[in-house]
Amino acid sequence: MKRLMCVLATFAVIMLASGRLSAWQPPAAQDGFVPVEQLGNEERLPAAPLVAGAYGVAWGAILFYVWTIRRRLARIERELADVARRVPPGGR
Amino acid sequence: MTRLFTVVLIVCIGMFGYAPFLIVNAPYESTMGLVQKIFYFHVAAALTMFLSAFVAGIASAVFLLGRRPSMDRVAVAAAEITVVLGFIVLVSGPLWARKAWGVWWQWDARLTSTLVMWLVFQSYLLLRTYGGPGSDRLSSAVGIFGAALVPFVYWSVNMWRTVHPTTNVVPTLDPSMRGPFLFCVLAFFCLYALLLMTRTALETRRAELDALYLSLED
Repeated sequence: MKRLMCVLATFAVIMLASGRLSAWQPPAAQDGFVPVEQLGNEERLPAAPLVAGAYGVAWGAILFYVWTIRRRLARIERELADVARRVPPGGR
Repeated sequence: MTRLFTVVLIVCIGMFGYAPFLIVNAPYESTMGLVQKIFYFHVAAALTMFLSAFVAGIASAVFLLGRRPSMDRVAVAAAEITVVLGFIVLVSGPLWARKAWGVWWQWDARLTSTLVMWLVFQSYLLLRTYGGPGSDRLSSAVGIFGAALVPFVYWSVNMWRTVHPTTNVVPTLDPSMRGPFLFCVLAFFCLYALLLMTRTALETRRAELDALYLSLED
Protein backbone atom coordinates (compact mmCIF):
# COMPACT_ATOMS: atom_id res chain seq x y z
CA MET A 1 0.00 0.00 0.00
CA LYS A 2 2.88 2.31 0.92
CA ARG A 3 4.62 1.49 -2.37
CA LEU A 4 1.43 2.09 -4.32
CA MET A 5 1.06 5.50 -2.67
CA CYS A 6 4.67 6.33 -3.64
CA VAL A 7 3.99 5.33 -7.27
CA LEU A 8 0.80 7.39 -7.40
CA ALA A 9 2.56 10.40 -5.82
CA THR A 10 5.43 10.16 -8.38
CA PHE A 11 2.93 9.92 -11.22
CA ALA A 12 1.03 12.96 -9.94
CA VAL A 13 4.26 15.01 -9.65
CA ILE A 14 5.28 14.09 -13.24
CA MET A 15 1.84 15.01 -14.56
CA LEU A 16 1.79 18.34 -12.70
CA ALA A 17 5.34 19.19 -13.77
CA SER A 18 4.71 18.36 -17.44
CA GLY A 19 1.53 20.47 -17.39
CA ARG A 20 3.32 23.45 -15.88
CA LEU A 21 6.33 23.12 -18.23
CA SER A 22 4.21 22.83 -21.37
CA ALA A 23 2.17 25.89 -20.28
CA TRP A 24 5.32 27.94 -19.72
CA GLN A 25 6.15 30.47 -22.45
CA PRO A 26 9.55 32.15 -22.83
CA PRO A 27 9.55 35.91 -22.17
CA ALA A 28 9.17 38.17 -25.20
CA ALA A 29 12.45 39.06 -26.90
CA GLN A 30 13.67 42.59 -26.30
CA ASP A 31 14.37 44.93 -29.18
CA GLY A 32 17.95 45.87 -28.47
CA PHE A 33 20.89 43.53 -28.01
CA VAL A 34 22.73 43.84 -24.70
CA PRO A 35 26.16 42.19 -24.52
CA VAL A 36 26.44 39.87 -21.54
CA GLU A 37 29.44 41.84 -20.21
CA GLN A 38 27.22 44.92 -19.80
CA LEU A 39 24.59 43.10 -17.76
CA GLY A 40 24.40 43.83 -14.05
CA ASN A 41 25.58 41.17 -11.62
CA GLU A 42 22.01 40.57 -10.49
CA GLU A 43 21.10 39.41 -14.02
CA ARG A 44 24.01 37.00 -14.39
CA LEU A 45 23.34 33.45 -13.30
CA PRO A 46 26.26 32.05 -11.26
CA ALA A 47 27.51 28.74 -12.66
CA ALA A 48 29.18 27.38 -9.52
CA PRO A 49 25.95 26.38 -7.67
CA LEU A 50 24.68 24.64 -10.81
CA VAL A 51 27.92 22.67 -11.25
CA ALA A 52 28.03 21.80 -7.54
CA GLY A 53 24.35 20.81 -7.69
CA ALA A 54 24.91 18.53 -10.71
CA TYR A 55 27.86 16.73 -9.11
CA GLY A 56 26.08 16.62 -5.74
CA VAL A 57 22.99 15.02 -7.27
CA ALA A 58 25.12 12.50 -9.19
CA TRP A 59 27.02 11.42 -6.10
CA GLY A 60 23.93 11.54 -3.91
CA ALA A 61 22.01 9.28 -6.29
CA ILE A 62 24.88 6.78 -6.57
CA LEU A 63 25.50 6.61 -2.82
CA PHE A 64 21.78 6.34 -2.04
CA TYR A 65 21.44 3.52 -4.58
CA VAL A 66 24.43 1.65 -3.10
CA TRP A 67 22.86 2.07 0.36
CA THR A 68 19.53 0.62 -0.85
CA ILE A 69 21.30 -2.40 -2.38
CA ARG A 70 23.22 -2.98 0.85
CA ARG A 71 20.03 -2.71 2.92
CA ARG A 72 18.11 -5.13 0.68
CA LEU A 73 21.01 -7.59 0.62
CA ALA A 74 21.27 -7.52 4.43
CA ARG A 75 17.52 -8.16 4.77
CA ILE A 76 17.64 -11.11 2.36
CA GLU A 77 20.69 -12.57 4.12
CA ARG A 78 18.85 -12.36 7.46
CA GLU A 79 15.77 -13.98 5.96
CA LEU A 80 17.90 -16.68 4.28
CA ALA A 81 19.55 -17.56 7.59
CA ASP A 82 16.16 -17.63 9.29
CA VAL A 83 14.54 -19.90 6.67
CA ALA A 84 17.62 -22.15 6.45
CA ARG A 85 17.21 -22.91 10.17
CA ARG A 86 13.59 -23.96 9.58
CA VAL A 87 14.37 -26.27 6.64
CA PRO A 88 14.93 -29.86 7.86
CA PRO A 89 18.30 -31.47 7.05
CA GLY A 90 18.25 -32.85 3.50
CA GLY A 91 15.29 -30.66 2.64
CA ARG A 92 17.25 -28.31 0.37
CA MET B 1 33.50 -11.03 -2.73
CA THR B 2 35.34 -12.25 -5.82
CA ARG B 3 38.86 -11.17 -6.76
CA LEU B 4 37.54 -9.49 -9.93
CA PHE B 5 35.10 -7.44 -7.86
CA THR B 6 37.87 -6.31 -5.50
CA VAL B 7 40.14 -5.31 -8.39
CA VAL B 8 37.38 -3.33 -10.14
CA LEU B 9 36.42 -1.71 -6.82
CA ILE B 10 39.99 -0.51 -6.19
CA VAL B 11 40.32 0.75 -9.78
CA CYS B 12 36.96 2.51 -9.51
CA ILE B 13 37.80 4.25 -6.21
CA GLY B 14 41.14 5.36 -7.67
CA MET B 15 39.54 6.69 -10.84
CA PHE B 16 36.77 8.60 -9.06
CA GLY B 17 39.32 9.95 -6.61
CA TYR B 18 41.48 11.29 -9.44
CA ALA B 19 38.64 12.47 -11.71
CA PRO B 20 37.98 15.77 -9.83
CA PHE B 21 41.61 16.85 -10.37
CA LEU B 22 41.32 16.18 -14.10
CA ILE B 23 37.96 17.98 -14.32
CA VAL B 24 39.20 21.03 -12.39
CA ASN B 25 42.40 21.25 -14.47
CA ALA B 26 40.62 20.78 -17.81
CA PRO B 27 40.37 24.08 -19.76
CA TYR B 28 37.21 26.19 -19.66
CA GLU B 29 35.00 26.01 -22.73
CA SER B 30 35.12 29.42 -24.45
CA THR B 31 31.38 30.27 -24.58
CA MET B 32 29.90 28.42 -21.61
CA GLY B 33 32.73 28.71 -19.10
CA LEU B 34 32.49 26.92 -15.75
CA VAL B 35 29.05 25.35 -16.27
CA GLN B 36 30.45 23.21 -19.11
CA LYS B 37 32.25 21.16 -16.41
CA ILE B 38 28.93 19.34 -15.89
CA PHE B 39 29.68 17.71 -19.25
CA TYR B 40 32.23 15.28 -17.73
CA PHE B 41 29.63 13.53 -15.55
CA HIS B 42 26.49 14.26 -17.58
CA VAL B 43 27.71 12.67 -20.84
CA ALA B 44 29.60 9.87 -19.07
CA ALA B 45 26.42 8.98 -17.15
CA ALA B 46 24.38 9.15 -20.38
CA LEU B 47 26.75 6.79 -22.23
CA THR B 48 26.69 4.37 -19.30
CA MET B 49 22.89 4.59 -19.27
CA PHE B 50 22.86 3.58 -22.96
CA LEU B 51 25.20 0.67 -22.19
CA SER B 52 22.99 -0.40 -19.29
CA ALA B 53 19.84 -0.23 -21.45
CA PHE B 54 21.54 -2.46 -24.04
CA VAL B 55 22.57 -4.94 -21.34
CA ALA B 56 18.98 -5.00 -20.02
CA GLY B 57 17.59 -5.49 -23.55
CA ILE B 58 20.02 -8.22 -24.59
CA ALA B 59 19.66 -10.09 -21.27
CA SER B 60 15.86 -9.84 -21.61
CA ALA B 61 15.98 -11.23 -25.15
CA VAL B 62 18.24 -14.12 -24.10
CA PHE B 63 15.88 -14.86 -21.20
CA LEU B 64 12.82 -14.83 -23.46
CA LEU B 65 14.43 -17.07 -26.09
CA GLY B 66 16.50 -19.38 -23.89
CA ARG B 67 14.53 -19.31 -20.59
CA ARG B 68 17.72 -18.77 -18.61
CA PRO B 69 16.77 -17.34 -15.18
CA SER B 70 20.31 -15.99 -14.67
CA MET B 71 19.78 -13.67 -17.66
CA ASP B 72 16.54 -12.42 -16.15
CA ARG B 73 18.42 -11.50 -13.00
CA VAL B 74 20.99 -9.56 -15.05
CA ALA B 75 18.14 -7.80 -16.90
CA VAL B 76 16.47 -6.69 -13.65
CA ALA B 77 19.78 -5.38 -12.32
CA ALA B 78 20.60 -3.52 -15.54
CA ALA B 79 17.10 -2.02 -15.79
CA GLU B 80 17.31 -0.67 -12.25
CA ILE B 81 20.76 0.84 -12.85
CA THR B 82 19.47 2.39 -16.09
CA VAL B 83 16.82 4.20 -14.05
CA VAL B 84 19.42 5.49 -11.55
CA LEU B 85 21.75 6.70 -14.32
CA GLY B 86 18.80 8.18 -16.19
CA PHE B 87 17.91 10.16 -13.07
CA ILE B 88 21.47 11.58 -12.95
CA VAL B 89 21.30 12.51 -16.65
CA LEU B 90 17.83 14.06 -16.38
CA VAL B 91 18.80 16.18 -13.37
CA SER B 92 22.33 17.26 -14.37
CA GLY B 93 21.17 18.17 -17.90
CA PRO B 94 18.61 20.79 -16.82
CA LEU B 95 21.14 22.29 -14.36
CA TRP B 96 23.49 22.82 -17.32
CA ALA B 97 20.64 23.97 -19.58
CA ARG B 98 19.52 26.65 -17.11
CA LYS B 99 22.83 28.46 -17.60
CA ALA B 100 23.49 27.57 -21.26
CA TRP B 101 19.99 27.94 -22.73
CA GLY B 102 18.30 30.08 -20.07
CA VAL B 103 15.62 27.44 -19.36
CA TRP B 104 15.53 24.29 -17.24
CA TRP B 105 13.79 22.15 -19.84
CA GLN B 106 12.91 22.13 -23.54
CA TRP B 107 10.50 19.62 -25.05
CA ASP B 108 12.94 18.88 -27.86
CA ALA B 109 13.75 15.50 -29.41
CA ARG B 110 16.76 14.55 -27.27
CA LEU B 111 15.36 15.56 -23.90
CA THR B 112 11.90 14.15 -24.53
CA SER B 113 13.15 10.84 -25.96
CA THR B 114 15.52 10.43 -22.98
CA LEU B 115 12.60 11.02 -20.60
CA VAL B 116 10.47 8.49 -22.51
CA MET B 117 13.26 5.90 -22.37
CA TRP B 118 13.64 6.49 -18.63
CA LEU B 119 9.89 6.05 -18.16
CA VAL B 120 9.98 2.78 -20.16
CA PHE B 121 12.57 1.38 -17.73
CA GLN B 122 10.54 2.72 -14.80
CA SER B 123 7.57 0.79 -16.20
CA TYR B 124 9.81 -2.30 -16.41
CA LEU B 125 10.47 -2.04 -12.67
CA LEU B 126 6.81 -1.30 -11.84
CA LEU B 127 5.72 -4.30 -13.90
CA ARG B 128 8.27 -6.40 -12.09
CA THR B 129 7.07 -5.27 -8.67
CA TYR B 130 3.29 -5.35 -9.19
CA GLY B 131 2.85 -7.59 -12.27
CA GLY B 132 2.39 -10.83 -10.35
CA PRO B 133 3.04 -14.27 -11.89
CA GLY B 134 4.42 -14.10 -15.43
CA SER B 135 5.64 -10.53 -15.02
CA ASP B 136 9.21 -11.66 -15.71
CA ARG B 137 8.35 -12.46 -19.36
CA LEU B 138 6.19 -9.37 -19.79
CA SER B 139 8.84 -7.09 -18.35
CA SER B 140 11.47 -8.72 -20.58
CA ALA B 141 9.49 -7.54 -23.60
CA VAL B 142 9.43 -4.03 -22.11
CA GLY B 143 13.20 -4.26 -21.57
CA ILE B 144 13.75 -5.10 -25.25
CA PHE B 145 11.67 -2.09 -26.30
CA GLY B 146 13.61 0.10 -23.86
CA ALA B 147 16.89 -0.97 -25.43
CA ALA B 148 15.46 -0.40 -28.92
CA LEU B 149 14.92 3.26 -27.96
CA VAL B 150 18.65 3.85 -27.42
CA PRO B 151 19.55 4.48 -31.12
CA PHE B 152 16.59 6.88 -31.42
CA VAL B 153 17.71 8.81 -28.34
CA TYR B 154 21.33 8.91 -29.56
CA TRP B 155 20.62 10.05 -33.13
CA SER B 156 17.63 12.26 -32.25
CA VAL B 157 19.92 15.30 -32.17
CA ASN B 158 21.01 14.63 -35.77
CA MET B 159 17.58 13.71 -37.15
CA TRP B 160 15.45 16.51 -35.67
CA ARG B 161 16.02 20.20 -35.01
CA THR B 162 17.02 20.48 -31.40
CA VAL B 163 18.71 22.88 -28.99
CA HIS B 164 20.81 20.02 -27.61
CA PRO B 165 24.34 19.69 -29.12
CA THR B 166 24.71 17.03 -31.82
CA THR B 167 26.75 13.81 -31.61
CA ASN B 168 29.64 15.73 -33.23
CA VAL B 169 30.71 17.25 -29.90
CA VAL B 170 32.65 14.28 -28.52
CA PRO B 171 34.58 13.37 -31.73
CA THR B 172 35.64 17.00 -32.24
CA LEU B 173 36.50 17.63 -28.59
CA ASP B 174 39.75 19.43 -27.87
CA PRO B 175 42.44 16.90 -26.78
CA SER B 176 42.85 18.72 -23.46
CA MET B 177 39.18 18.01 -22.71
CA ARG B 178 39.01 14.61 -24.40
CA GLY B 179 41.43 13.01 -21.91
CA PRO B 180 39.44 13.92 -18.76
CA PHE B 181 36.20 13.06 -20.55
CA LEU B 182 37.33 9.55 -21.59
CA PHE B 183 38.71 9.04 -18.08
CA CYS B 184 35.29 9.87 -16.59
CA VAL B 185 33.56 7.54 -19.08
CA LEU B 186 35.89 4.70 -18.06
CA ALA B 187 35.28 5.47 -14.38
CA PHE B 188 31.52 5.28 -14.95
CA PHE B 189 31.92 1.99 -16.84
CA CYS B 190 33.88 0.58 -13.86
CA LEU B 191 31.18 1.80 -11.47
CA TYR B 192 28.56 0.24 -13.71
CA ALA B 193 30.35 -3.14 -13.65
CA LEU B 194 30.46 -2.99 -9.84
CA LEU B 195 26.80 -2.04 -9.49
CA LEU B 196 25.72 -4.69 -11.99
CA MET B 197 27.67 -7.42 -10.17
CA THR B 198 26.30 -6.39 -6.76
CA ARG B 199 22.71 -5.98 -7.93
CA THR B 200 22.78 -9.30 -9.81
CA ALA B 201 24.14 -10.99 -6.67
CA LEU B 202 21.17 -9.56 -4.77
CA GLU B 203 18.75 -11.09 -7.29
CA THR B 204 20.58 -14.43 -7.09
CA ARG B 205 20.26 -14.48 -3.30
CA ARG B 206 16.57 -13.57 -3.64
CA ALA B 207 16.09 -16.54 -6.01
CA GLU B 208 17.82 -18.80 -3.47
CA LEU B 209 15.47 -17.52 -0.78
CA ASP B 210 12.44 -18.24 -2.98
CA ALA B 211 13.76 -21.77 -3.59
CA LEU B 212 14.19 -22.26 0.15
CA TYR B 213 10.62 -21.12 0.81
CA LEU B 214 9.38 -23.59 -1.83
CA SER B 215 11.32 -26.44 -0.26
CA LEU B 216 9.81 -25.47 3.09
CA GLU B 217 6.28 -25.74 1.66
CA ASP B 218 6.93 -29.21 0.16
